Amino acid sequence: MTNFFSRAALAAVGMSVMATPAFADVNLTMYYPIAVGGPLTEVIDGMIDRFEADNPDISVEAIYAGNYDDTRVRALSAIRSGEPAQLSVLFSIDAYDLIEQDLIVPFDDVVKGEDGKAWLDSFYPALMKNGQIDGKTWGIPFQRSTIVMYYNKDMFREAGLDPESPPQTWDEMVEAGKALAGDGRWGLMVPSTGYPYWMFQCFAIQNGKELMSSDGTETYFTDPKVVEALEFWRSMATDSKIMPEGTIEWGTLRQAFLEGQTGMMWHSTGNLTAVKDAADFDFGVAMLPKHERPGSPTGGGNFYLFKGSSDEQQDAAVKLIRFMTAPEQAAEWSIATGYVGISPEAYETEALETYTEEFPPALVARDQLEVAIPEFSTYETARVREALNNAIQAALTGSQSPADALADAQSQADRLLQPYR
Amino acid sequence: MSTSATITQRRHALYGWMLLFPSLVLLSLFAFIPTGATVWASLFTRGTSRRPSEFAGLDTYAHLTSDPVFWKVVTNNLLYAGVSIPLSIGIALGMALWANARIPARGFVRTAYFTPTMLPMIAAANLWLFFYTPGIGVIDQITGLFGFGPVNWLGQPDTALWAVIAVTVWKEAGFFMIFYLAALQTIPPELREAATIEGASRWTYTRRVLLPLLMPTTLFVLINALINSVKLIDHLFILTKGGPNNASKLILYWIWEMAFAYFDRPHAAAMTVFVLAVLGIVAAVQFRLIDRRAHYR
Repeated sequence: MTNFFSRAALAAVGMSVMATPAFADVNLTMYYPIAVGGPLTEVIDGMIDRFEADNPDISVEAIYAGNYDDTRVRALSAIRSGEPAQLSVLFSIDAYDLIEQDLIVPFDDVVKGEDGKAWLDSFYPALMKNGQIDGKTWGIPFQRSTIVMYYNKDMFREAGLDPESPPQTWDEMVEAGKALAGDGRWGLMVPSTGYPYWMFQCFAIQNGKELMSSDGTETYFTDPKVVEALEFWRSMATDSKIMPEGTIEWGTLRQAFLEGQTGMMWHSTGNLTAVKDAADFDFGVAMLPKHERPGSPTGGGNFYLFKGSSDEQQDAAVKLIRFMTAPEQAAEWSIATGYVGISPEAYETEALETYTEEFPPALVARDQLEVAIPEFSTYETARVREALNNAIQAALTGSQSPADALADAQSQADRLLQPYR
Repeated sequence: MSTSATITQRRHALYGWMLLFPSLVLLSLFAFIPTGATVWASLFTRGTSRRPSEFAGLDTYAHLTSDPVFWKVVTNNLLYAGVSIPLSIGIALGMALWANARIPARGFVRTAYFTPTMLPMIAAANLWLFFYTPGIGVIDQITGLFGFGPVNWLGQPDTALWAVIAVTVWKEAGFFMIFYLAALQTIPPELREAATIEGASRWTYTRRVLLPLLMPTTLFVLINALINSVKLIDHLFILTKGGPNNASKLILYWIWEMAFAYFDRPHAAAMTVFVLAVLGIVAAVQFRLIDRRAHYR
């Protein structure tokens, strides 16, 4: 009996020794989201393992926490309950709220000198915009996207369209859509649940207008060009009938495209690999069509540094971020998902060069960065965004005219942003 | 009063408190203290790095009720409860009577009815998301056979809430059936025989004997259903996220949004206090009214 107990005690001691990471001086906790399809947690875990092998004195706990909203909730709850994370990947557009809540530190204060400046300048400028507020850099791009147009080449051939020249303007898109639609199939689907504001930014910028000021205190929902953009979106369901009525579900759209329900879809480039792996037909990827000008908002998640870590932890966290955003890892992540390689160097790596040669659609999202604008983000982001989402959905479902719906959203946004002006 | 009597009384009181102590600690930790904290939080403005929090009294409550979304979610929730509760209880009772009758493959029928309950709500919602998908979903495939065009159930303001209600009823009915089934097993067959000898019709027996005997179960199920109609919002995250344009937003989802999407604790707390008050009143009324009609043996 005593023998049994001493053995059990020994075993318990052995287990507790095994459970503590070997010789780690610095422990880091980070939360990250995944908002697109595919087994991506393994990719992240693989990167973290390599980082820990290179830096035996740092141990990283990377916690997958669901979609962007879930991850923000998890990270902030952890901070409030005194179990802080030192860094996390969160929505690039959460920056204003995180600053307002006094939770994050700007990278400029941490990475200093020429080397630091060179690092901050190594990313695509379009991807830095959402993280640059009040003259400082608060977010480093990690999983970043633009919206691209996927189209079904087989359906294009059937409809007598040239599969190698996708539509480049609104008018061409409507024409192509009319040729594709009919017989229970649609010409175009643009998702309007989940992130309606994001899709709407495309229509607005293509019509020549951004939705918010760069300091996050003004919105321009009632601008005639913006109203016109929403009227156009609505008209594709009511007048030209190339798109179904009502809202289109973000989560099932990819499946609808894969089943040949629609000839074209607008979706995040983050879905590219998932579409490529599952499509049993010939598909193409194109930049979004232009009207007054071409354009798409950027999207996705940035790395943030949280307040309240020790100097060692902060240095280790920066080291980890620099590793995760280095060209090799950026290339690997881009191939696994379809997200944009975040720096020009990423596209010079052997892996991504080979991949894009075999599969040119992987370059579309990057080429579109030339004309990309920052994702919609203001102070009180979530509420202002919700007002805009509701206006878009009210217009698309026909319960309000685009002009009235946007006027309501604008007055709500004005009320919310007044204290910040 | 003699001293010995006082001592005995005190000892009894002490025993009483000692017996109550464990549950008192647990309830305080997980119910009373958080409730108090919620009320407290609803009386202050939201503090941020640029503007510290200050005492606001009932301002937050006033602001809440002047928000059109407030009335929208309350109306939605009343409709949601008003339709899904009677429907799921009615179907549960029907299924229980059916699964209790002498039918072939009784075990299989019971299992089939109970399956939705065993699925996690998120999984169930994901299933239904694909049922509802226009064009490729099961529902449109079936209606397509009869020549109907595709319907965007989740994407229209006038059908979104009903689509959510359908999922709720499907999920809840099987769970409530189990309680009715258990209650039906306990009703002695002699009652049935006696009623038949007296010449009572099957309907009379059901109305006069069966339903009154099932009343305690109905009361239990009703309170559960009512709590669930406020508490159960997992499927909203998957199906509609409260849209389109707030058409399917329920109270608790809105509270979640205010607390975790808008970082607005005071408003979330005020709304929670409001819900707690209403639920408390309803539960009290239910117990008083139905208790009189329930027949306990």
